[in-house]
Amino acid sequence: MTSLPTQNRVDGLLALPPTQNPLSSSQARWNHAAVLTRKLGRSPLTILGLAVVVILVLMALLAPAMTGGVSPIAQDLSGRLQPPGAAHWFGTDELGRDIFARTVYGARATLAIVALVGVIVVPVGLLVGTLAGYTGGFLDAVLMRITDIFLAFPSLVLALAFAAALGPGIVNAVIAIALTAWPPYARLARAETASIAHTDFIAAVVLMGASKWRILLRHIVPLCMSSVIIRLTLDMAGIILTAAGLGFLGLGAQPPTPEWGAMVATGRSVVLDQWWVSTIPGLAIFVVSLAFNILGDGLRDIFDPKSA
Amino acid sequence: MTMTVPLLEVRDLSVTFRTEGVVTQAVRNVSFVLGRERLGIVGESGSGKSTTGRAVLGLVPAHGSVSASRLALNGEDLRHLTQHQWSRYRGRRMALVMQDPKFSLNPIMTVEKQITEAWRLHRRTTAAEARKHAAAMLEAVSIDDPERVLRLYPHQLSGGMGQRVMIAAMLIAEPELLIADEAISALDVTVGNEVLAILDRLVAERGMGLIFISHNLTAVAGLCDRVVVMYGGRVVEECAARDLAHARHPYTRALLAAAPSLDEPRASLASVVRDPAWLT
Amino acid sequence: MNPPMIAVQNLSVSFKGPHGPVSAVRDLSFAVEPGETFGIVGESGSGKSTVLRAIAGLVAASGGHIRMAGEALGLRRTKAQRSAMQMVFQDPYASLHPRHTVDRALQEPLAIHAIAEPERLITTAMADVDLDPALRFRYPHQLSGGQRQRVAIARALILSPKLLLLDEPTSALDVSVQAEVLNLFQTIRSTRALTSLLVSHDLAVVAHLCERVAVMQRGTLVEVLTAEALRRGEARHPYTHTLLAASRGYRRVGSPHEGMPLAPS
Repeated sequence: MTSLPTQNRVDGLLALPPTQNPLSSSQARWNHAAVLTRKLGRSPLTILGLAVVVILVLMALLAPAMTGGVSPIAQDLSGRLQPPGAAHWFGTDELGRDIFARTVYGARATLAIVALVGVIVVPVGLLVGTLAGYTGGFLDAVLMRITDIFLAFPSLVLALAFAAALGPGIVNAVIAIALTAWPPYARLARAETASIAHTDFIAAVVLMGASKWRILLRHIVPLCMSSVIIRLTLDMAGIILTAAGLGFLGLGAQPPTPEWGAMVATGRSVVLDQWWVSTIPGLAIFVVSLAFNILGDGLRDIFDPKSA
Repeated sequence: MTMTVPLLEVRDLSVTFRTEGVVTQAVRNVSFVLGRERLGIVGESGSGKSTTGRAVLGLVPAHGSVSASRLALNGEDLRHLTQHQWSRYRGRRMALVMQDPKFSLNPIMTVEKQITEAWRLHRRTTAAEARKHAAAMLEAVSIDDPERVLRLYPHQLSGGMGQRVMIAAMLIAEPELLIADEAISALDVTVGNEVLAILDRLVAERGMGLIFISHNLTAVAGLCDRVVVMYGGRVVEECAARDLAHARHPYTRALLAAAPSLDEPRASLASVVRDPAWLT
Repeated sequence: MNPPMIAVQNLSVSFKGPHGPVSAVRDLSFAVEPGETFGIVGESGSGKSTVLRAIAGLVAASGGHIRMAGEALGLRRTKAQRSAMQMVFQDPYASLHPRHTVDRALQEPLAIHAIAEPERLITTAMADVDLDPALRFRYPHQLSGGQRQRVAIARALILSPKLLLLDEPTSALDVSVQAEVLNLFQTIRSTRALTSLLVSHDLAVVAHLCERVAVMQRGTLVEVLTAEALRRGEARHPYTHTLLAASRGYRRVGSPHEGMPLAPS
């Protein structure tokens, strides 16, 4: 016990040692990031989740190298439905395509969906929510009713209608998912904004003469960001499953593009005799969804100010 | 053989917190003895005054470790109690009144429920009898219409009223020792003085011991018999409350000189210079 | 004759309540001369902070006028009107943005007003409030209460306001830190042409810093008197006497040390 550094808590301050005084803004940010990293280090499960997500990204980026040049769409009808083995690690499907290659390339579709949904949902939700929460009154009422309307759409049905109207494809699937996914973010951001809007530090910026947009974008949005990112990470599992569901129904990525949901669908007819055709992409969906959930949970603990 | 056992004995009490590899000594070798009297513990934030109070009640959080060579209520050792054993002391024989009734009262329970709960936890009585007792207790804390107040929820009470309800809930089990931790700090001066008057009267009537923890030297000097001044987890001075103005320790004297005074204008306020030697 | 720095005429403020509007301030009038330090004392619910927020333009007045140096002020204000008055809040833990370093907190007002030479101004502002320059890139949670309040004061002064609004600036601080901050206010006052309006529940603090004091009770102004008269107990209104008596501390009935003044001997 005595070997550890001892501090006197005087004047309500756990004084930082003088050497820890950052010398610039960037250094202050680095120190802050270091604290968060240290917290991450104490949560092995979160690291596991993060690792899976990193592997997913690497798989998408390095797919050609990882598969050793095996094409995910090259058919070999003489080698249909081969079980997993040395030639084909995960076996082949009903058109003789290598399932390992298709699974690795399939990460691209999944990652594209995840990234596109995030890019649409976060800004829209943040903007609508913070604007409604900070402005209040009539604009708040209008924005929140619009949010309620979008919230009432069943996402899969809307996605079906969307895909039917605009034609199936990965981009249309993403738009359909994003369209029904943003309202909870707007509500979350609005609730956070409402609690921030009346704090003294916002009053202080008002007194400095800052414009409404400056207050929103530079003072309120950054504070809502962490909870929105956490929510997005937790929702990712659902988004991936919805995307897989659309793929399964033939409304997502179109053949021959490898997509995990569509791969599960094609293996459906042979699932009892050639289990690997459906099971391998199914496992991939399961692992990635679980990883996002674990990561979201961990991030919530790390960013929680109460554990700071 | 006549031997008077003091109500509370604290000897060499130390509390250490360990967070993220940093050890903080919140309380260092604090000793005092309390009879059926009012003891004030004063100090600034971080002085360890609240932690001392919590340690006496066995309420130090799990990441803190408490050690003492003696910690006894009426001669009964409190040092190695299990959580279950603590529950026979806390509430029944020792009680705590905290700073803000807004946080220490349950928001979804009526005043009647909060007060009778404390009473019925320790005694087998009927609801009607408990209610009668609760009303009498509210009257004891100078609430004029106890029947009406019993039906209210905490958010319907003003700060002063909430603190009176809190005191009523704490005293209904007739504890021997009451610890008031910044009990009037969230209240206006006039209301705070009323609460002090209630505490003063009840402690005298019931022959309780009182530990009044506060940063407010004026309130402590007005209410207490004796004062302990804490700094950096240590007791730096102990004196009779009436002698507080003639305190000898430089820290106590500096605290007195640092406060602006209504009676004598001060051109500028003395700053409190801290000597690291006080901590050794 | 110069107009007063701040003149409040028949000011009323009411808030929306569950059963119709609740009046927080009723028909309040007073004037503060340039260079004066004016205090408003009252207990919670007296409306003293609401008056300050109405002057600052943070809450809307439901009646009456607020004039600054003769110019009428509403809820919408120009940047120049804003920068002419700055405020220091009660809770130093809530008045600084949790994700902004001291540097960023002091940059912000300069950026809003496009003021050149931020580097020099920030260094001076920190020196003016006796803040160690080494703390410049710390976050609020790495500062003590007193240091945070100094940052808040530096932030308020960096725009060189004419009027400083102080809302219970020391009531969340320890006595020793309060002494440092009060001494700092006195230094600032003597080195700048600054008018201050101090709101507090603590009569001793108000009497220490202010020349004149307004006493408020339940939304109305009870009386205005000089700090000197307050000290001597020359108040006209019984409520002021009640406050004065309460501020001198609780006295036990028949206590052996009744009437003891708490001052070091």
